[in-house]
Amino acid sequence: MKKFISVKSIPAYLPIVNIDTDMIIPKQFLKTIKRTGLGKNLFYEMRYDDNGKIIDSFILNKKPYNTSKILIAGNNFGCGSSREHAPWALLDFGISCVISTSYADIFYNNCFKNGILPIILDNEKIKELSEYSNRKEEISIDLEEEKITFGNNEISFKIDPFKKKCLMEGLDDIALSLEKSSKIKEYEDKLRSTKPWILND
Amino acid sequence: MSKTLYDKIWSEHLVHEQKDGTSLLFVDRHLIHEVTSPQAFEGLRSSNRKVRQPNLTLAVVDHNIPTTDRSKGIDDEDSRIQVETLEKNCKDFGIKLFGMTDKRQGIVHIVGPEQGFTQPGTVIVCGDSHTATHGAFGSLAFGIGTSEVEHVLATQTLVQKKAKNFRINVNGKLSLGVTSKDVILQIIGKIGTAGGTGCVIEYAGTLISDLSVEQRMTICNMTIEGGARAGLIQPDEKIFNYLKGKPMSPKNENWDKALKYWNNLKTDEDAKFDKEINLDGKDILPMVTWGTSPEDVVSINGKVPNPENESNIDKKNSITRSLQYMGLKPGTPVKDIKIDKVFIGSCTNGRIEDLREAAKILKEKKKASHVEAMVVPGSGLVKEQAEQEGLDKIFINSGFEWREPGCSMCLAMNADKLKPEERCASTSNRNFEGRQGRGGRTHLVSPGMAAAAAISGNLDDVRKYNN
Repeated sequence: MKKFISVKSIPAYLPIVNIDTDMIIPKQFLKTIKRTGLGKNLFYEMRYDDNGKIIDSFILNKKPYNTSKILIAGNNFGCGSSREHAPWALLDFGISCVISTSYADIFYNNCFKNGILPIILDNEKIKELSEYSNRKEEISIDLEEEKITFGNNEISFKIDPFKKKCLMEGLDDIALSLEKSSKIKEYEDKLRSTKPWILND
Repeated sequence: MSKTLYDKIWSEHLVHEQKDGTSLLFVDRHLIHEVTSPQAFEGLRSSNRKVRQPNLTLAVVDHNIPTTDRSKGIDDEDSRIQVETLEKNCKDFGIKLFGMTDKRQGIVHIVGPEQGFTQPGTVIVCGDSHTATHGAFGSLAFGIGTSEVEHVLATQTLVQKKAKNFRINVNGKLSLGVTSKDVILQIIGKIGTAGGTGCVIEYAGTLISDLSVEQRMTICNMTIEGGARAGLIQPDEKIFNYLKGKPMSPKNENWDKALKYWNNLKTDEDAKFDKEINLDGKDILPMVTWGTSPEDVVSINGKVPNPENESNIDKKNSITRSLQYMGLKPGTPVKDIKIDKVFIGSCTNGRIEDLREAAKILKEKKKASHVEAMVVPGSGLVKEQAEQEGLDKIFINSGFEWREPGCSMCLAMNADKLKPEERCASTSNRNFEGRQGRGGRTHLVSPGMAAAAAISGNLDDVRKYNN
């Protein structure tokens, strides 16, 4: 997994609540068997009209937001389907950090498997940061320090220490868990005697 | 210390726990389908890893397959490649697959219970958010992303942190024509789509225990629409009877041992919940959604809301946006909303009892002439059962199309979709923008309400047709 250390960018502000994963990446793009190439279809139905033509007024189609690395959005971002295509599409577009007041659980987890930092802030701070989007000014995010810097201001955010470590080191979850193979084996052996119907072997 | 059922299942499945609470949880049952698994297998191959317990994984094709004649295969190339990829992956890694021509094929969350793959007290995961369905059996069941699918395949475990306990008590009785779909829609309306975030919901109360196994599945299924990854119900005799003799249920002495274990799967009487709410059956009416979020619910006697009456600016903007998308005016009685299509099916309402409920309303009646309507049974076995009961004839005589099993127009990945601005009464689970097709407008309802809408040609009260 790609590491996440820090990011600096003019943020794109999408003031919509309950942005669901169908909005982030509609189902016709789930037919892929790859993880890459989804960026051009991110927010497809908001970005393109019925004939596939770019809708100029949509924020991610406008300069400088078409190269934003930070997305600020309304409450309950990423609700709905478990599709990991949503974080894949964000990442492929170039967005590596999302800021919202809250996230749906599955989406939130999926971000950490893909080197995306989802930051939780209260509504007031979101509004404050969104001004920087409107004014086309950069903000910086530092994961190590758990800080967002904008203009002469600084605010901190909180993140689970283990998730932070995995992001900063780009750790492979599976390799970490496989280090505990002997514990898994122990558990399976115990299952054979305590719940013999589980293992099907 | 007293524990909830969730606490108990959690601690039973702990393989390892770090000091910060990050835990490695054993996964008893893993369901996979063609859409969220290809990249997981690709990951296994590229890192030269094996599937740890192929016997604990069951694969089906459902999201992407046609619901029309299958003898010619799949026209859409991308869909076909995805289905073929799953076939190859299952063959290479030794996983049991119910393919497109298998009678047992169907929607993953209908097949699991039907086969007895779903069992009480287990941890069940699937790369699909509606995995919550299986919680109806007293299991901890939740949706995961593709990276986690790969993790489960490789390790038969998942890295998790414990969620909060949230109990929803529903007591009393349901009135005639009101179903478990209305119960869950009402719950989501009450708690909101983020109301259960970070929680596992336990549904309890006499109304819940009075429900059939399939009705319980409908409630647990839509738990994710209330923001909680998992919803569960304490298992009882109904569950055990349902599972007895199913192909993958425990057999002989294992059955006796399992039954003994399952009988102890209970929340302690004095267990503490972080959150708790109560509902009474008498307050629950047939429900419909008017907007583009499952929390946008109103009873069939209600009206489309007016954004001007909303003081919260985010909420106001959200209603305005929804109404514009849905092509609805504030204050319109929902019964005046004319519909173009009816879809009966999905992992929420594609089981035999759902089809019976709709057929009961449609019997000897015709759908309105301007309405196009289809029934997509949840599995090949549901389809077969319905045909044995003559339900297919009732649907066909009413003017419905009788299709092959799959996810179909719930998410419109196959050819079944709404055209822009088409309006649909749907028994599925999500009314998101574009969910059933770009520009399509979805109203979520119960199977009986979908049948009533088909007859009337507009959203209507099922109780009108209930004798």
